[in-house]
Amino acid sequence: MSTTTAHSREDLASATPAAWSGFTSGPWADHIDVRDFIQRNYTPYEGDSAFLAGPTARTTGIWDRLSAMFPAEREKGVYDVDQHTPSTITSHAPGYIDEANELIVGLQTDAPLKRAIMPNGGYRMVEKSLETYGYEPDPRVGEIFGKYRKTHNDGVFDVYPPAVRAARSSHIITGLPDAYGRGRIIGDYRRVALYGVDALIAAKKLERAELDMERSVEDVIRDREENAEQIRALGELKAMAASYGYDISGPATTGREAVQWLYFAYLAAVKEQNGAAMSLGRTSTFLDVYLQRDLEAGVLTEEQAQELVDDFVIKLRIVRFLRTPEYDALFSGDPTWVTESIGGIGEDGRPLVTKTSFRYLQTLYNLGPAPEPNMTVFWSDKLPEGFKRYCAQVSIDTSAVQYESDDLIRADWGDDAAIACCVSPMKVGKQMQFFGARVNLAKALLYAINGGRDEVSGKQVAPVAAPVEGELLDYDDVMAKFDVMMDWLAQTYVDALNCVHFMHDKYAYERIEMALHDREILRTMACGIAGLSVVVDSLSAIKYATVKGLRTTDGLVTEYSVTGDFPTYGNDDDRADEIAVWIVKTFMQKIRQYPTYRNALHTQSVLTITSNVVYGKATGSTPDGRRLGEPFAPGANPMNGRDTHGMLASALSVAKLPYSEAQDGISLTSSVVPSGLGRTPEEQVTNLVGLLDAYTLSSGYHMNVNVLNRETLLDAMEHPENYPQLTIRVSGYAVNFVRLTREQQLDVLSRTFHGAV
Amino acid sequence: MSTATDERQTGAPVVPLGMPLVGGALGRVSGAGTEGLAVDDERARSQRFAAVRSGEIGSVHSWELVTAVDGPGTRMTTFLAGCPLRCLYCHNPDTMEMRRGTDVAADEILRRVARYRGVMKATGGGLTISGGEPLMQPAFVRRLLRGAKAMDVHTAIDTSGFLGSACTDEMLDDVDLVLLDVKSGDPDAYRRVTGRELQPTLDFGRRIAGRGDTEIWVRFVLVPGLTDEEDNVERVAAYVASLGGAVTRVEVLPFHQMGRDKWEELGMRYELDETQPPTPELVERVRGQFRDHGLTVY
Repeated sequence: MSTTTAHSREDLASATPAAWSGFTSGPWADHIDVRDFIQRNYTPYEGDSAFLAGPTARTTGIWDRLSAMFPAEREKGVYDVDQHTPSTITSHAPGYIDEANELIVGLQTDAPLKRAIMPNGGYRMVEKSLETYGYEPDPRVGEIFGKYRKTHNDGVFDVYPPAVRAARSSHIITGLPDAYGRGRIIGDYRRVALYGVDALIAAKKLERAELDMERSVEDVIRDREENAEQIRALGELKAMAASYGYDISGPATTGREAVQWLYFAYLAAVKEQNGAAMSLGRTSTFLDVYLQRDLEAGVLTEEQAQELVDDFVIKLRIVRFLRTPEYDALFSGDPTWVTESIGGIGEDGRPLVTKTSFRYLQTLYNLGPAPEPNMTVFWSDKLPEGFKRYCAQVSIDTSAVQYESDDLIRADWGDDAAIACCVSPMKVGKQMQFFGARVNLAKALLYAINGGRDEVSGKQVAPVAAPVEGELLDYDDVMAKFDVMMDWLAQTYVDALNCVHFMHDKYAYERIEMALHDREILRTMACGIAGLSVVVDSLSAIKYATVKGLRTTDGLVTEYSVTGDFPTYGNDDDRADEIAVWIVKTFMQKIRQYPTYRNALHTQSVLTITSNVVYGKATGSTPDGRRLGEPFAPGANPMNGRDTHGMLASALSVAKLPYSEAQDGISLTSSVVPSGLGRTPEEQVTNLVGLLDAYTLSSGYHMNVNVLNRETLLDAMEHPENYPQLTIRVSGYAVNFVRLTREQQLDVLSRTFHGAV
Repeated sequence: MSTATDERQTGAPVVPLGMPLVGGALGRVSGAGTEGLAVDDERARSQRFAAVRSGEIGSVHSWELVTAVDGPGTRMTTFLAGCPLRCLYCHNPDTMEMRRGTDVAADEILRRVARYRGVMKATGGGLTISGGEPLMQPAFVRRLLRGAKAMDVHTAIDTSGFLGSACTDEMLDDVDLVLLDVKSGDPDAYRRVTGRELQPTLDFGRRIAGRGDTEIWVRFVLVPGLTDEEDNVERVAAYVASLGGAVTRVEVLPFHQMGRDKWEELGMRYELDETQPPTPELVERVRGQFRDHGLTVY
C-alpha cells in the first residue's frame, strides 16, 4: 500500500501563493513535508548573541501581571479550577491575560491559570485532585464518567492480569500511565502554520480514501476510526481559533501568524490531553523562516520579533494541568514538559541554528529563568562557536537548559527529531511513543536474592524461585538468579504496557496530536529502568568485596553487611562500568523478546525524573550499603557521593552506556558551582563549552547542567518566598526548587556538588 | 595569632610511625582514590625498590578529572603521595606520607592520560601532577611528563618548589606550566607554616622564570593569623612581581576548614581548629596587594 500523502499540487499550492511568497518551493509544496520546507528556506546564523533585544514594556507588563498571581497559586497548589466542564478543544470560551496587549492569544480555559478537568484518562484522579484543593466535584460530571462514559483508567483495570497488579502494587513496576494521560506525543504543530487546517483535513481525507480501499479487518477499522477522530479534531481546532477571531483554515502569512497558528495547534493539544509530558517539538528554526522573511521585508524589527517569541513563551509557561499531590511528588513541581528542541546540525552539515534559536533562549533573560518551556539544546561540537558560548552563558546564568547529543539523535532519527519530555527523541510528525514509565531494577535484584519475595512486605510477588542460601552472597549465584528475575520482570512489564496503551488508544486517544502526524508512523514501546547505579554498585560489592545477607526470622534478607572495598560506578572505572553496560544491554534484550501492542519498536530509557526519591523509599536496603528508604540516584547518575573523581569522570562512566540499547534516552544530571567552572565569566563559559564538547564526543547522550551554590539552595529552603524563580535541573527536567518537597530538596543538596573546595 | 605555640613553629606534627593507617576508611570519601588504576603489587621487594628508583612505579594518592583548577581546561590531576612540608593548613594531610599512597606504574597513569586525550583536546586541558609534592618522586614524575609530552598533552606540576633542585632542566623541558605554591614571603613565617625553609622555593621560581617558555601560576593560601600579615603578603607579592612575565596569574586561595576531619581521622593534631576562613574584606585586601604589583589576581 502506498504510504505517501499524495495531494495533487492544486490542493496545497493553488490556495497559497501569497502565504508562501518568497519561499523556495520543493517537495514540501506538493505534500506535507515540514523538514523539506525548513531545509530549503532557513537561514543558518553563525554569529554571537549581540543582536538580541531585551523585553519591551508590553512584555514585562504581561509577565508582571501573571507573576502577581503565582504566589497565590503556589500557596494553594492551584490558582483556580473549573470543575464543571470536561475539557475539549472547544469546551471553554476564549481567555486572556490582558486582551488589549497580547500579541499571541489563547488559554486552556477562559482565564489564566484556571485549570480544567480532563476525565478521559481517569475520573478518580480528577475527583481526588479536586478534593485535595477544596473543590466540590460536580455530580453531573461524576455521573457521566461513573455511569455512561468509561475512562482509560477503567479500561486498564478491566484487563490487567494478576501478575501486573501485584508488580504494580509492590512498586517494582511504577509510574505506569494507567490513571493519567501518557503524553510524550508531539504533534507537528508547525504543519498548521505552514499549510493551514483545510489542507491538513484534505490530506487526512486522502489517507481515509486509502484506508477505505483496504479490507475491514481490526487494524484497518481502528485506523479509520482514528482518522475520523483526527479530522473531527482539526475541525474543532479551526472552531477554537475562530472563537479568538482567527481563521486558520489557510496557511499563516506573517511571522506573527505563524507563531499564532502554531500555538493554536499546541493549545488544542493541551486542552484535550493531560499528558505526562506535552512537548512542543522543534519549532524555533521553523518559525525563524517566517520572522526572517518579515525582517527582510522591513515589516518587523528585531525587538518585535523577540516580543513575539516572548509572548509565545509566556503562554507556554502557564500551561497547567489538574493533578494530585502524589502525582506531583512522583514528577516534581507541577511539570508539563513543554520541551522545545533547539539547534543541532543538519544532515547536510549546516547548523540548524538560527537567530530564533537565540531568541528562544533569550526569553530566560527577558522573562527570568523558568522550568517551562523545557529548553533543550541539541549539542554537537560542530555547532557554531557563538551559539555554543551563548548556551553555556545561559546555563551558567539560569541553569535552565538541558543538552542532548545531536550526533546520536541525528544518526538514529534524522535532523528533524525533537525530544518529548526529558530525553525521548522522535521524528516530529512521523513517530510517537507509548510511554512506559519504568521498572525498579534494584528491587528486582532484591527479589532475586529473596526468591521473588518483596523485601519490604515479605509478600511473594514474583513466581517462587530459589532464594540465595547461606550467609555470603556469591556473585555467580546472584547473577544467575537476577537473570531469571529480570526475565519475569520484562515479561510482566511489557504485558502491563500493552494493556495500558491498548486502553489509552481506545478511551483517551490523542486526536489532535495524531492529526498532526503522518498516517503511517513509527511507534516505540518506551520501557525504562530505575535504580541502575544501585544495582551496579551492589553487584560490584558482591563481586569485589564480601557481602553478607542478614535475615529476619522468616528467612527474608533485609540487611547487608559489606566488608572490603569495591569499585563504584561513576569513576570511569571499567570494572564497575562494565556491570552497568551489561545491565542495560541485558534488560533491553529481555524486553525485546516480548511482542508489543501495535508492533511498537522496543526501546528503553535510563531516566527517573525526580521519582528516584519515591523509588528509594519503596526499596529495602541493598548490597551496596544503601539503606532502606534512601533515595536512588536520578536517571543514569552514579550514586550520590560515590563519584569521587570529578564531574567529567562521573559523566564518562555514564557515557559508556550504549545508546543503541537505550534509544529512549540516558539521563545525567550534573551540578557544578560557578567557581568550579573557572575564575572569570569568560573562563566559565569556555570551560562549560569544553565539558559539553568532551561529553558528547565521548558518546554521552544527555546532560542537565545545574550551576549553583549549595548556599543558594539552603537559603532557598529557608526562604522560598525569595526564590520564586529558582530553577534547577533534575534528571532531564528543570523544576522550581521551591516547589519541591523538602525531601527532594534535601536530595538535591546531598548530590555531589562538583567543584573545587 | 597571639596564641602561637612553640610546636606550631615547626609545622604540623608528624604521624608517629606505627600509627594505624586508617585514612579514608571511616565513612568520609577521602579524596578521589586510585579507582580505575591498576595497583602494582606483583613485584618482589627488591624489584619494587628498583622500579621506584627508576620511576617505573610511584606512590599515588589519587587521580581526578578537574575543571578550572590546577591549570587551564579540564585536567587529569594526579595526586602523588609524600611531601617534605608539614603545612598547618594542609587540607590533604593524607597525602603527606608516601607510605599512605598506592603503588601505581607510570605506564598505567599514562594509559589513562591517553584515554583522556580527546577530553583534554576538547577542553584545552592536560595533565597536572600534584601531591603531596611531586618532586619527592622525580624519576616517576619525569616519566609521566615525558610520556604526556610524547602524546602532545599539556603538562603542569603543582609544587611548593622546596625540592626544586630535584627537578632537572631536562624535566622542565616537558613542563608547560608550574603551579608554584608560595606559602609565605617571610622566612620565619614560612618556617612556622611549613616547618621548612623558604629559600629553595624562591630559587626554583627564579629558575623557571629564567627559562622564558614555562608559564607560572602562583598560589598563595590566605590563613588568618598565619599568613595574612601585610608585610608577609607584601614580600610574596614583590617576589612574584620580580619573576616578570612568566607569571600569568596569582591565585589567592582563602583558607577553609574542609580538611579538618581528615586530620582527625589520621590521628594527627590539627592546629587550626579555631581559625576562621578569611573575611571577604581580608581576601580583597590581599588580592589588592598583589594587584598593586601589576599582577593578574584571582
